[in-house]
Amino acid sequence: MSLKLGVPSKGRLMDDTFTWFAARGVALSRNGNAREYAGAVNGADGVELVLLSAGEIPRELAAGRIHLGVTGSDLVREKLADWPTQVVELAPMGFGHADLIIAVPAAWADVETLDDLDAVAAAFRAQHGFRLRIATKYHRLVREFLRDQGVADYQLVDSQGATEGTVKNLTAEAVADITSSGETLRANHLKILDGALIHASQATLFAARTADWGNGRAARLAALAAQLGVAAPAL
Amino acid sequence: MAPKAAARATGARLLAAFRAAGADEVEADILQPAEALLDLYGEDIRARAYVTADPLRGELMLRPDFTVPVVQAHMANGADPARYCYMGEVFRKQEHLGSRAPEYFQAGYEVFDRADPEAADAEVFALFSRLLAPLNLAAAVGDIGLLMDAVRGLNTLPARRAALLRHIWRPARFQALLTRFAAPPAPSASRAALLAGTPPRAHWVGLRTAADMAARIAALRVDAAAPPIAAAEVASLARVFAVHAPAPQALAELTALCAEIPAIAPAVARLSRRLAALAARGVNLDRVTYAASHGLGTMEYYDGFVFSFAAATPGLPPVASGGRYDALTAVLGAGRSIPAVGGVIRPGLVAELEGAA
Repeated sequence: MSLKLGVPSKGRLMDDTFTWFAARGVALSRNGNAREYAGAVNGADGVELVLLSAGEIPRELAAGRIHLGVTGSDLVREKLADWPTQVVELAPMGFGHADLIIAVPAAWADVETLDDLDAVAAAFRAQHGFRLRIATKYHRLVREFLRDQGVADYQLVDSQGATEGTVKNLTAEAVADITSSGETLRANHLKILDGALIHASQATLFAARTADWGNGRAARLAALAAQLGVAAPAL
Repeated sequence: MAPKAAARATGARLLAAFRAAGADEVEADILQPAEALLDLYGEDIRARAYVTADPLRGELMLRPDFTVPVVQAHMANGADPARYCYMGEVFRKQEHLGSRAPEYFQAGYEVFDRADPEAADAEVFALFSRLLAPLNLAAAVGDIGLLMDAVRGLNTLPARRAALLRHIWRPARFQALLTRFAAPPAPSASRAALLAGTPPRAHWVGLRTAADMAARIAALRVDAAAPPIAAAEVASLARVFAVHAPAPQALAELTALCAEIPAIAPAVARLSRRLAALAARGVNLDRVTYAASHGLGTMEYYDGFVFSFAAATPGLPPVASGGRYDALTAVLGAGRSIPAVGGVIRPGLVAELEGAA
């Protein structure tokens, strides 16, 4: 029986994924019609390509509907509770780098570290009557990070896009978002806090623990892992 | 009997015992307005409570505990002294896969009484101790108010004491702050420049104002100029936080520590009265462990006596827990407050342990 490999269905992430597999002798391709979400695998036996939104790949892995999947390590950590019990990291792929960080207004000359943010949150709450707002779409990662760091008196507000603009628009005092060059942050008069790198993300090949690995699929995985030059995982 | 039916039956039995002890039974809505809970507990509660949306009422939470609605009801229309009891399900999201249930019963008993807080503490603990006696649980007590008084007694800036008190429920953060106040690290170059001069000009965005920043910079200057907390005081504080012994021995240790930290003397006197009240109610104090750190790291509303009863089985949550939450009544009471103490028993665990016995 074949293995289902979930790959981002478009854009740079898809192209880089195809390049990564091609460099290891596995040719992934989309069908001729660029609008059709179907593809082919050449160079590896019994592997079926499934094109999906990168954001849905963690969920499909957790459900065991795909055996392998390529997505950002940040998305797996954000979307899956206790992620190591649900998926295994096979290989970091060396592209799609993005850092999840906390940023505050660049004008806050008195805020350099998380200690400062914590102190400012206390003063802000006393002064303004509500908790200091941090806009993000990475609720689980940010909350766990701030809890581990012992930061109090903040609240997370949901922002699914244009997060860097929330401070100027007075809907948040700080943001937690992914950045690669920091240019968008600077353009919005924000700066990154020292010691607030929550997660350094990159595209990663994952295997699903709950997928059906019977009917010879485990052997196929071992063969594919050998071909890709990665250690076969204990599932 | 199915586990849930057994839990419900055990809860009903506990509730009857609470009523017999003089409590009025109260109900609380399962759907609670999220805003009050979020403001009180912060993001931790969002991680732990089920949040749902109502088209007219906005964000609602499936009742994560009874304490808040019971206090709200009392502060709105209760006359004191009052004793309340309740039994019902609470709902807690579990962020880790495992066997911990996302919904379970709590049977609770809460006392709102100004007359004699130590007697009320003893009343709740002794009642729980009696009801749980057949299970042979390990009983532990602590006193967060005593720890807070020890911090208030530090000879340092009020702002430093306030920062430490704010983090008393977050032990790692508390320790980091204490270390910093006792041995301040050299400031970064940019921090040193900020303390010496004026902040660089920058485009201002956001709701936090330049005045807010100026106030903080002034506070940072005061802090930088203040002497560190003396090593001897830090050591004494560590001794108070480290007390862990059978209650009578802990009382003796804390009484001796009053010579080093006189600020804890009133709290130690209260502890002494509380233990005497417990003994008078038949509690064997040699089998009660006083652990200074007890109750730290839990929901941050206990500010006095805290207690728990736990089974020997590893991995099980406490069978019962509770404590004093005087400050919470002030937060929810819109200017009024009343000394309050209470606790909950998990009937599901009681039924499970009784079945295994």
